[in-house]
Amino acid sequence: MSETFTGFAYLIAAVCFILALRGLSSPESARKGNMLGIAGMVIAIATTLADPSILSFELIIVGVVIGGFIGTVVALKIQMTALPQLVAAFHSLVGLAAVFVAAAAFFSPEAYGIGVLGNIQAASLIEMSLGTAIGAITFSGSLIAFGKLQGMLSGAPLVFKGQHALNAILGIALVATVVWLVQTNDPNAFWVVVALSIILGFLIIVPIGGADMPVVVSMLNSYSGWAACGIGFTLSNTALIVTGALVGSSGAILSYIMCKGMNRSIFNVLLGGFGGEVAGPAADAGSGDKSVKSGSGDDAAFIMKNASKIIIVPGYGMAVAQAQHALREMCDLLKEEGVDVSYAIHPVAGRMPGHMNVLLAEANVPYDEVFELEEINTEFSTADVAFVIGANDVTNPAAKTDPTSAIYGMPILEVENAQTVLFIKRSMASGYAGVDNELFFRDNTMMLFDDAKAMTESIVQALG
Amino acid sequence: MGTEKLAVKAAESASSGDPFIFMFTVFVLAVFIGFYVVWSVTPALHSPLMSVTNAVSSVIIVGALIAAGPADMGFSKIMGFIAVVLASVNIFGGFIVTNRMLSMFKKKPRKQEAN
Repeated sequence: MSETFTGFAYLIAAVCFILALRGLSSPESARKGNMLGIAGMVIAIATTLADPSILSFELIIVGVVIGGFIGTVVALKIQMTALPQLVAAFHSLVGLAAVFVAAAAFFSPEAYGIGVLGNIQAASLIEMSLGTAIGAITFSGSLIAFGKLQGMLSGAPLVFKGQHALNAILGIALVATVVWLVQTNDPNAFWVVVALSIILGFLIIVPIGGADMPVVVSMLNSYSGWAACGIGFTLSNTALIVTGALVGSSGAILSYIMCKGMNRSIFNVLLGGFGGEVAGPAADAGSGDKSVKSGSGDDAAFIMKNASKIIIVPGYGMAVAQAQHALREMCDLLKEEGVDVSYAIHPVAGRMPGHMNVLLAEANVPYDEVFELEEINTEFSTADVAFVIGANDVTNPAAKTDPTSAIYGMPILEVENAQTVLFIKRSMASGYAGVDNELFFRDNTMMLFDDAKAMTESIVQALG
Repeated sequence: MGTEKLAVKAAESASSGDPFIFMFTVFVLAVFIGFYVVWSVTPALHSPLMSVTNAVSSVIIVGALIAAGPADMGFSKIMGFIAVVLASVNIFGGFIVTNRMLSMFKKKPRKQEAN
């Protein structure tokens, strides 16, 4: 009877989680969805605490208070530009928690009803190993991603000879260790699985460059779900299985969308080494023989004041310079002049999916002025000004015209169709892909050389 | 008659069959639900999607609670305790940061639309 009740409660929790994700289909329903997610979590935890096998609550309460305090403080203090690294850090915690739960289950299997120490059912061991391995890979991979996003590690891809061979050998060793674990129940085998997976996680993420992080973060999101799933199978807990599957497929879909936004396959991203090494020579190739028109904040203000339709294209540079508030101010002034202003977001702009949307929302830009690539791309031909702030590769027409280009086939925002293109950039250096952007040399392009925030502020001054 | 027997047989294998098959069924169906639900998420909310999935995947805390629950202190209890701390960071942090993000998404104010 009580088992039926428990199962039912877990089902309700799982339904809450599904509805939490469903709520995100529009900003209006999203907050209600988040509340349902919290409700689902409370139900799941309360149900587990009601289990007769839980006898002492002191440690649990202490743990929740410590963890809850840290989580709350971090979540309230974090700057929105630092979201990608925060999410990466959170992923690593889920992965690590999965490893610890698996360790607990391995060393006291009686508590979970999967056998006795030294004699655990083979099926449970396989599920447990999967959860452990994926959890440990998520943990170490997310640490590297965090380091790269936080700027603690170089964003440049780290590649060395025999990298893929080494990963393959480690992968095979991991599978062999799992077989060893299942056949002997040897605790050493368990720890070897953990160690190999941690090393593998480091090695998988190290060769992937900074601007490919949207894919990496989504992928680790997916992994953290599959790890939860593996543990769910071990514990025969349907809430955990359902949630893990939801999160796993969510991350997988996001990775797919990010890859499509760059016209690259997931394998191409994972094999790594993209960008970085060619950035130097490409940067000065064009500047010698072609001329660039550059202007000041006053020039830009004059052009935009006289425009009737402006499309803003934000990129990672805006996030780095924290220019979103100045940008909103600029757009408010332009709107007062009667200019029609909208924003165009490329799927891979920023360092995580939807990064730009959050930053603009933070600066109080109404979300119905912000459009996705497919929605707005045809609008550029009727726009007077395309204002590119901190983006580069995602506007490069070479993606359409030059089959030899590294970014060929990538969908781009067609800013070239606007009457005038204003580019805020710190220098002529090429973007992440190391490809020169011919737009810089066109007659209708004006380069605004400065930090994104400083330049936007000077435009605001000129407009005011 | 024949169909009746078959139905009984199917019900029996569904209820008392291999628990792994039962869980695997749940898993596969959940992947499909996830697939359709996530494709309906608007791209503008992909960041909140990541942080909320992050928070809900911390439901792994249920496994940690079972480990941290027994009366006697032991290795597994310590493991469980650490996992409770880690998952709690995520649960609180994940939901709060999602809420912060979502509260920033606002529509155009009415009076501007009237202009």
